[in-house]
Parts: sequence; C-alpha cells; structure tokens
Amino acid sequence: MAQATLDMGVITTVDGTPLKTKLRQAERRNRLRSFGLVFPLLAFIMISFVFPIGDMIFRSVDNPVVAQHLPRTLAALENWDGQEIPDEEVFSVLAQEMRVAAEAREIGKVATRLNYDLPGSRSTITKTARKIRKIEEGPYKEVFIEADKDWGETETWSKLKQVGERYTISYYLAAVDLQRDATGNIISQPENRQIYVPLFLRTLWVSLLITVICLLLAYPIAYLMATLPVRYSNLLIILVLLPFWTSLLVRTTSWIVLLQTEGVLNDILVWIGVISDEGRIQMIYNMTGTIVAMVHILLPFMVLPLFSVMKTISPSYMRAAKSLGATPSRAFWTVYFPNTVPGIGAGSLLVFILAIGYYITPALVGGRTGQLISNFIAFHMQSSLNWGLAAALGGLLLAGVLALYWLYNRVVGIDSMKFG
Amino acid sequence: MAALPPYTTPLERAWHYGFRFICACIFIFLILPILVILPLSFNAEPYFTFTPGMLSLDPEAFSMRWYRDIFENEQWIGSIKNSFIVGFFATVLATFLGTLAALGLSRANMPYRTLIMGILISPMIVPLIITAAGMYFFYTNLGLAQTHLGLILAHTALGTPFVVITVTATLVGFDHSLTRASASLGASPPRTFFKIIVPLIAPGVISGALFALITSFDEVVVVLFLAGFEQRTIPRQMWAGIREQISPTILAVATLLIVFSIVLMTALELLRRRNERMRGIRPS
Repeated sequence: MAQATLDMGVITTVDGTPLKTKLRQAERRNRLRSFGLVFPLLAFIMISFVFPIGDMIFRSVDNPVVAQHLPRTLAALENWDGQEIPDEEVFSVLAQEMRVAAEAREIGKVATRLNYDLPGSRSTITKTARKIRKIEEGPYKEVFIEADKDWGETETWSKLKQVGERYTISYYLAAVDLQRDATGNIISQPENRQIYVPLFLRTLWVSLLITVICLLLAYPIAYLMATLPVRYSNLLIILVLLPFWTSLLVRTTSWIVLLQTEGVLNDILVWIGVISDEGRIQMIYNMTGTIVAMVHILLPFMVLPLFSVMKTISPSYMRAAKSLGATPSRAFWTVYFPNTVPGIGAGSLLVFILAIGYYITPALVGGRTGQLISNFIAFHMQSSLNWGLAAALGGLLLAGVLALYWLYNRVVGIDSMKFG
Repeated sequence: MAALPPYTTPLERAWHYGFRFICACIFIFLILPILVILPLSFNAEPYFTFTPGMLSLDPEAFSMRWYRDIFENEQWIGSIKNSFIVGFFATVLATFLGTLAALGLSRANMPYRTLIMGILISPMIVPLIITAAGMYFFYTNLGLAQTHLGLILAHTALGTPFVVITVTATLVGFDHSLTRASASLGASPPRTFFKIIVPLIAPGVISGALFALITSFDEVVVVLFLAGFEQRTIPRQMWAGIREQISPTILAVATLLIVFSIVLMTALELLRRRNERMRGIRPS
C-alpha cells in the first residue's frame, strides 16, 4: 500500500489519488479475483446444468408444431366465433396445408399434438389427410365431414385453434387434470382421465410417510449413538454409514431378494409356520416395497443430522431436570426434545426433498401401484414421448423441490450441510 | 456400556433394555440387506434364497460361479471398464473445478456468495429425473448423447456439489494468519499456495473427490437417458439385470461393490482423522 499523506483534508496516496479511491480499486480487484476462482465452475454449471433444465422446462409452454404446419388455417380461424363450423374457405386452406404436411411426412406430428388435447383425434387427422391426397380440388367441406364426422363438430375446430397457439398452458392444465373446453373456459378432465392430481397427492403422502417413519427409526438410534461412550458409538456410526455408502442398486437388489414371494423373509415366515406355503405375502412390486426400500435408503440422511445435533446436547441438562423433580418423560419432552428440533428439521427436510423426486427405487420395486411422479415423467419422456407434459410435470415437481430447498437454506443453511 | 446404577427401579431397568432392543432391531434393519447379499452371492444354485445345503453349511452348496460369470461376460467387463473411465475423468474434472470454486467462495469478499453457493449445490438437490431429462435434450442437440464425453460432463456436474461442500467445510477452520506468516517470511503467493494451503486442504479435497467418484459410480438415471449400449456402466448393467434377466451374477457384482465402498469409506475415515490431527483437533 502506498504511503498516505495529508493534503487539504483529503487523504491521498503518493501519486495523488484519494485513498478512498485506491481502497475501492483494491477491493474491486480482490472481489474479481474471488469471482475468477468461482467462475469456471459457475459457468460450467450454468451451461451444462441450469440451462438444459431451463430449456427442458421451456418445452412445457413451447408449442410450435401446429403453428408451424398450419399457419394459414390458424390465420383464417383468427376471427372465427366458434358458434358454427367454419365455411368452405377455411376447409380449403386446411386441405392445402394438410396436403403439404402429408407430403413432407409431418402430418403425424400435427395429429399427435392434437390428440394430446382431444383424445381420439389422431385418426381424424390421418384419415382425412389420406382422403385429401386422393382428390385434386374442392369443395372440401363435404369430403372432410365424410372422412370423419368430427369435422362437423365445433369442438374439433376450437381445439385446433387452441393447439395452434405458439405458447400454451395446456400441458400445465393437463398436469393438474384440467383442460379448456371449446369456448376456452378451464374445466376439469373427465373423471376417468384424472390421474395426475391423485399422483401428486400420493407422492406427497408417501414422501411424508417415509419422512415420518425415518424420523421414528432414526431418533432412537441417533440418541443411543449420542449417549454411548465414543468407542461403542463409533462402531454404530459405521453400521449407519455402510448402507449410506453402498450402491443404491445393491440395496434395492437386496430388498428384492429379501421381500419377494420366493424370497428370504417369506421363506423364514413359512419355516416358522406363521404363513402357509400358498399364503406367501406379496411384499414387493407394490407400494409396500417402495416404502420399505426408500425408508432404508433415506434413513442415514435422517440419522446423521440428528446425531450431530444430539452430540452437542450436554447430558447435564437432563440430569438437572431430573434433580429438579421432573419425571424422565417430562425431562425428555421439556428439555431434551426441544433441543433436537433443529436436527429434526434438517433431517426431515432433506429426506422429504430426496423422497419426493425419487425415481430408481419405485421404478424397480414399485410394481404398478408403487409408482411416483418421477416415474410418470420418465414414462412421458421415454415411452409416450409427450415431452410437453413431461416438462410440465417436471416443472411442477421442480418448483416444489426448489421451494423446499429455499426453506432448507433458510432453516438449516446449505453451509452446514456435511457428509459422513 | 456402563452398568446401571443400583438405585434404578425395575421400570427404568425394563425401559433401558427395551430401548436397547428397539435400537438393535433398527440397526438390524439397516444392515441386514447388506449382510444377506454376501452369502447368497456364493450360492451354487441360480436362486435368490438360501438353499437347505447352504443352511447346513455344505461346501457343495457354495461356489464362485457367479464371480467367474462376471469376468467371462463381455457386457459386465465392458460396464466395469466404462464405470472406471467415466468415474475417473468426472472425478478429476469435478475435483479441479470444485476446489477452485470453494477457494473463491471462502474468501471474505466474495460477492453474491449465498446465491452462487445455491446454484453450485443445486445439482445435488434437483430430482435426478429432471436433470436427466434436461441433459438428454441438451446433449442430444450437441451430438454428445451416447458418447463417453457427454456422460463424463454430466457426472462432473453431479459430482461438483460434494467437492464444493467438503472443501468449503475444510476452509471454514482455516487459519489465515498462516498465509500471512508465509508471505511475511518472503514466500511468493504461488509458493504459499502450494506449501501452506494445499497440504492443509488436501484431506477435504480428497474426500470430496471420493464423494464425486462414488456419485458417478452409483448414478443410473442420467446414464439411462444419455448412454448408449457402448457406454453402459455397472449400475446400468445391474438395472438391466434387475429388470430383464435377473441372475445371481448381480449379487456377485453387488458384493464386489460393497467391498469397494468399504474401501472408500475406510479411506475417508482415515482422511478425516488425519485432517483433525493436522488442524490440531484431538481425535474424538
């Protein structure tokens, strides 16, 4: 640092710049240097992680297919009032555009997109497209209605108009079991198609149940580990850490081995005589399997924060409470338990956050009834290829997880997150 | 385990042993799945359950055939190779980037510290299925899907939070007067870095690296979306095994993985002790 001199009330360095300016420059340099260290990772995470996820979530509102292939039809429908079916002019524009799309082999995409919002309409489009390719010119209205009578319904046209919007909320509506009717009002899906709200509720309920079971199992053993002499508790910590460090797939496999109908547990039960050989219990490939395996996998995440909090509670507190006349249970509930609340909060939030987005275990041991929201996202990503709906479900799940993450950060602080 | 004092009432005594019993049951729940796999992987029969021969400890009922199976099967060998290649490069990258970032984040004048930390930790928090879906589109557009490079970059992103967290934790207790002392004795900043800072944060860096390695080694969701047949890793192969042709070879692989994680865990524990010793904390 340059030598400071006093000059007309303003402190300056030897070269005449005010000291304050110099100090600010030095601080800025330091900040830049700190930021320079963080920058490579930040850039990497932004490009390879945050951006792809943002891009994926964007697909939940992005809706280019119909707008791209039927632009003139949509323009013609712009001023259509929705009261009765459009006139010949619209039909002929649509026919021309469908012909072009069919020749480019793109009509299937349009059909699929319309089918998401209007089940059964895939065939309406493909059938009509085949018909149109056979005839040279109009009038088209009769040809359309002859090919599929749905063209005589205003609903088909209003749905076509809706799926033609460049950006849509229909995937989000579908993700919460809602839809738009012909006039654009938001109404609920028919009863037999309401699957996602119950699914979200089931995921929340199962995650909550798993969190509670984890807490009930973790609390006693964390207490034992915290109160035993160090040489015993170290051994117990290894028993907790070993499953924590073991591959997820290994643990899931072992639950299959233990719980399946021809598995170890059923064999033991038959051998003891609790159940008969025919009455073997189905304990896996259903919700029970999912819950048991997930509790086992997430239990260490509850034990470790609880243990680290309990270790800091001095045993003299309990002794003091008892010497003042409290019964053991009163001493526990008024003295010990309140002190462990931060650990309960940290562990529960962590377990809940992890449980709510779990994929592997339900997919492997959940069977048909033990599936959670993640499994449906995977299904729409890989099998049904309805990426918009997958993105909308993912967007809702992500919003929930980020809200919990924010809460975790407020309550616990990510700085205090540790492992082992 | 200290004996109970003589003044305990029978009720307290019952509670004490009852509590111990409950805890024992919970520990059995934790450890049983791992213990069951070990003997079953030596099963001579292609079943997932204990045969009468195994229960009577008949040596005929045990065999190494499933272990031989692993090393005679090209798919398993390929997947082991892939796991090590992806794991190694992802760990190196994650450790390098994560350590740099942790050094920056631990400086007093880091701007927007909480926000940046939140972003850097997010790969650990965001559900894997969402990460996998996002990366699927991104890497497919870049032409990196179904390549080793794509998988390495994806696993690097997933591993960095662990490195950032462990190294930052090591730096919390870092005594900055050590670097000033080194500077005042005439050491240049690079020399201070390599002679003072690196040895002190090394345990944190290495345990972060081990976490990153185990993350990559255990990860299957992103692999399901990004990897082709040529990039199958061990967990991917196990996944296929559990879903398609379930054979006790999986149990043999699982046993090897358990041994692998015990080795890593021991390494980590030794590092933790060394770290505490170096920082002058008495072993607890």
